[in-house]
Amino acid sequence: MLGKGVVGGGGGTKAPKPSFVSYVRPEEIHTNEKEATEKEVTLHLLPGEQLLCEANTVLKCVQEDSCQRGIYGRLVCTDFKIAFLGDDESALDNDETQFKNKVIGENDITLHCVDQIYGVFDEKKKTLFGQLKKYPEKLVIHCKDLRVFHFCLRYTKEEEVKRIVSGIIHHTQAPKLLKRLFLFSYATAARNSPATDPKKHAVMFDTLQDWCRELERTKGNMKYKAVSVNEGYKVCERLPAYFVVPAPLLEEDIEFFQGRGIPIWCWSCHNGCALLKMSALPKEQDDSMSQIQKNFSDRIYRTVHRPPYETAKTEDLSSNFLSLQEIQMAYSKFKQLFLIDNSTEFWDTDIKWFSLLESSSWLDIIRRCLKKAVEIIECLEAQNMNVLLLEDNASDLCCLVSSLAQVMMDPHCRTVFGFQSLVQKEWVMGGHCFLDRCNHLRQSDKEEHQRQLSLPLTQSKSSPKRGFFREETDHLIKNLLGKRISKLINSSEELQDGFREFYDGWHSRPPSYQGLLLPHLEGPEIKVWAQRYLRWIPEAQILGGGGVATMSKLLEMIEEVQRLQEKIEARHHSQEALQAEAASPPRTSGRLSSLFPFALLQRHSSKPVLPTSGWKALGDEDDLAKREDEFVDLGDV
Amino acid sequence: MASAPTSKYNSHSLENESIKRTSRDGVNRDVGETLPRLPGEIRITDKEVIYICPFNGPIKGRVYITNYRLYLRSLETDSALILDVPLGVISRIEKMGGATSRGENSYGLDITCKDLRNLRFALKQEGHSRRDMFEILTRYAFPLAHSLPIFAFLNEEKFNVDGWTVYNPVEEYRRQGLPNHHWRITFINKCYKLCDTYPALLVVPYRASDEDLRRVATFRSRNRIPVLSWIHPENKTVIVRCSQPLVGMSGKRNKEDERYLDVIRETNRQVNKLTIYDARPNVNAVANKATGGGYESDDVYHNAELFFLDIHNIHVMRESLKKVKDIVYPNVEESHWLSSLESTHWLEHIKLVLTGAIQVADRVSSGKSSVVVHCSDGWDRTAQLTSLAMLMLDSFYRSIEGFEILVQKEWISFGHKFASRIGHGDKNHADADRSPIFLQFIDCVWQMSKQFPTAFEFNERFLITILDHLYSCRFGTFLYNCESAREKQKVTERTVSLWSLINSNKDKFKNPFYTKEINRVLYPVASMRHLELWVNYYIRWNPRIKQQQPNPVEQRYMELLALRDEYIKRLDELQLANSAKLSDPSASPSSPSQMMPHVQTHF
Repeated sequence: MLGKGVVGGGGGTKAPKPSFVSYVRPEEIHTNEKEATEKEVTLHLLPGEQLLCEANTVLKCVQEDSCQRGIYGRLVCTDFKIAFLGDDESALDNDETQFKNKVIGENDITLHCVDQIYGVFDEKKKTLFGQLKKYPEKLVIHCKDLRVFHFCLRYTKEEEVKRIVSGIIHHTQAPKLLKRLFLFSYATAARNSPATDPKKHAVMFDTLQDWCRELERTKGNMKYKAVSVNEGYKVCERLPAYFVVPAPLLEEDIEFFQGRGIPIWCWSCHNGCALLKMSALPKEQDDSMSQIQKNFSDRIYRTVHRPPYETAKTEDLSSNFLSLQEIQMAYSKFKQLFLIDNSTEFWDTDIKWFSLLESSSWLDIIRRCLKKAVEIIECLEAQNMNVLLLEDNASDLCCLVSSLAQVMMDPHCRTVFGFQSLVQKEWVMGGHCFLDRCNHLRQSDKEEHQRQLSLPLTQSKSSPKRGFFREETDHLIKNLLGKRISKLINSSEELQDGFREFYDGWHSRPPSYQGLLLPHLEGPEIKVWAQRYLRWIPEAQILGGGGVATMSKLLEMIEEVQRLQEKIEARHHSQEALQAEAASPPRTSGRLSSLFPFALLQRHSSKPVLPTSGWKALGDEDDLAKREDEFVDLGDV
Repeated sequence: MASAPTSKYNSHSLENESIKRTSRDGVNRDVGETLPRLPGEIRITDKEVIYICPFNGPIKGRVYITNYRLYLRSLETDSALILDVPLGVISRIEKMGGATSRGENSYGLDITCKDLRNLRFALKQEGHSRRDMFEILTRYAFPLAHSLPIFAFLNEEKFNVDGWTVYNPVEEYRRQGLPNHHWRITFINKCYKLCDTYPALLVVPYRASDEDLRRVATFRSRNRIPVLSWIHPENKTVIVRCSQPLVGMSGKRNKEDERYLDVIRETNRQVNKLTIYDARPNVNAVANKATGGGYESDDVYHNAELFFLDIHNIHVMRESLKKVKDIVYPNVEESHWLSSLESTHWLEHIKLVLTGAIQVADRVSSGKSSVVVHCSDGWDRTAQLTSLAMLMLDSFYRSIEGFEILVQKEWISFGHKFASRIGHGDKNHADADRSPIFLQFIDCVWQMSKQFPTAFEFNERFLITILDHLYSCRFGTFLYNCESAREKQKVTERTVSLWSLINSNKDKFKNPFYTKEINRVLYPVASMRHLELWVNYYIRWNPRIKQQQPNPVEQRYMELLALRDEYIKRLDELQLANSAKLSDPSASPSSPSQMMPHVQTHF
């Protein structure tokens, strides 16, 4: 048997410390080579996708019950993905396959998903980039979705190693032209996308009507109007073709500073107050220019500060809130905690888990985002004020804060289509620079720091909703948001008191899921979103456990109730006919992992995972640790 | 019991006994309500005080003291605050301030509770009201120091279920398939002559004679010999518990003890090693030799493998819990929550205890070998490990009654020193014998139930109720250190069992998601990534950190359950109506919309 007991085993806490690579020696390799050759796995290419290079007899190393296991296969690189073609997808049972990704297989890594590539040379791990002089024995790929792949190249022909390694490095690291992105060749090749029913579709906000409907839906149409002044992007390229501004605003005003300095409508609250955003006017040195700016601002200000408009509170996100650098730095520290190479690393970091987590500041950032959204809601709801979010380009923190506030206030945003529409409205149409923030074109590292901004949004929303739990979302959000926290930083005492009262008041009443939902902002409640972050770590899986266990019980019950409901209805329609209808068997949930549906095959057996390092000196408590539990009277003995 | 308008605050506490507050509508709904009293509870005194609430500031109220509880009702119109605290929970009472200090709150009392909170009162200077309250509280909170009985002996509550009958050792061993031809039940300890901290009834290897047992007893700390706790129904490996061997500095040996362990090993013929888990850290086990203790070295016990599980002693655990209190009460540490939590080491200890129990369970479940578990005396860490391993291995213990039996067996009957660890009715708050070992066990159970939310019949409230009554002294369940003492005091005759309260009202303690799965071994993941601080217990006094009760998923599930039952009933009715209609075809069917109950939940 391959590798059983190569790493770990024994009395749990006494496992030998494996080196980082823990190679499987050739003679230990238990492969399914025979099966693999029998069942030739074919490469699935999307329309327009091209195979670029490949290598055979690559060994994919998987960790299982603290042993290394190897699977032979072919490693390929296309213009869309890196794929490993081996035969390790056998153990999927039906319940699990229904959540399989149809485009990206378990062993596929899209080129844009690659975060970092390492090579292992003589048991040493080095980052790989550019032209290589020496080719590694092993390739370790860290993905942006936190998967970690180990490909052993020892048994691969030398020229194939060269081809695949340099191919992968080139296609994942070299700067790319926008037009070379795979989606363009895909779109050309796969022309015939079927027309979709607009009712079963997220709102795209690419027509004037979409905006008008959103205005109607939120009853904002009395004071705000949709404008088409930017049709053809004549005024500004950053702004969408259509957007919404206060009704009295003139087209010239919008054109004056190319859409800067203009309050742009995001959303209207039930009491008529609105959430607005504005990109700042350019900083002017020239006195006359700044005078012009001042006059302009004053005029705009007068327009939106007189009835019917509520007084507006300006929230300057560029200067009084998180910086993009802070967010980026925190995330790069944070994600490192989940890119784990092996079991030893997992347990070594386990002991200091909480302080590692804290030092990344990520959870604190999440909390501050949530808190900012709650503060804005307090203004809108309790103080009946408009809130104007101000940011240089109004396309980063504005998107984040405004969409968070809407998720909390507007139950529509907690449905699947509503949430998709929100992302479309605030992020896509809101001009968030996804290309730069995600660095899809692999530009220089300078801009790296600007990435990952949309992550706080998804993290603070958590939730396994994507088509899985449908309207369950409403309930879940409360549950999940309810588990987030915030410490109370900043601003004036008075403001703080109002905020505190609003926040405490809301939490002292039973929540209505069809109304406002506020997250908990206190310390112990903000936790790591396990299903996203821990999903690929075998050690972190609880077989048959986690929230998934109750969720699947709930789903089973929903199905049962629906079945009964149909039965009753059927019985009313045809009284006699259905006497003998066979009851469809209830769906039995298999033993799912706590990280389902993300993690399917990570652990094959039900053996317990045992920490391999638990002991830690207690420091200041040492003297206590040495004491006897009881006073032992030696005479007794 | 008081019905507070904001039910939100009730769920966390001992059957509504806690802080309640009206919304700011100013209606005092509690006027005219009387002091709740149990049968046998006597009112001693009442005083007007100011309760210095750490969350809402000073509140004027009237405090009533009985021989069981301290009960405070707010006298302010905009607050319906009620405090209902069993005196048993009090660990320490201190006077604060006095004639020399200034301010209206100068005559104060600070009451430290065992359940991680403090109560502060300010009293009037006149009429020696503070002195009175101090003396009365001291007297009834610490009855042992005043030759008074513990309240459990005065409690006259009646329940329709007798909790004392829940655990019958013979029945429990029979359930496990014992005796069999390798294991026998012995009454050698009937009068607690062999070991005064063990139960009367023990299961020992068939091949060991009573004389052997007596000889082994001389070599085990406090005569706590290795006896069977649990046997695997299929592979017949066993979990055996005991105390440390009395090896001492000179490395003493005892042939009978060595042979006895070998006999245990031989009850299972498939394997040739016996696994001994010593719960202590290696260094402590070595150090214990100096006081006559020690461990089974492999050059003497040839057929045994010894592993240390690195679990710390009772003093370390006590200090750790103190640190937990420091970061959660009254205010939750805000700026560095995670590192503060880490510095308490509390979850780290939980992790080690769980890891140890997983190892024990895995050994036995995999059929690798039988397991002997001990620490120093075998009543703290040993009880934690055996009971948690049994909970992992045997789904019976995950039911309400099964869990009661587990506690009754592994903790109460095997002499976990509840009286010393908790200090029931004892005023010596600084006693080094006190330690939250049982709380730590319940925390581990909670962590497991959190990881496997469908595997336990009981809910969080069940666990919290157990912990509340661990201190309350309302029931006899946790009184005294061992079975012999309980028998001497006739506890089962003179007091009520906590299980009477729980079993006569089981629905309250049931987990709706429970799915019975026989023979499923549960292995929790003992990683910090999954362990969490039990907020609903440790931070339950803080109104800001209240979790929703019940949680939305549970609430939704309960709605669906009700809906399902309703539909099933309706279907049955339809079936009846149909058969009736067949005989009377003139009756017109009503429309489905009229017949369908209104569906509250949308899918």
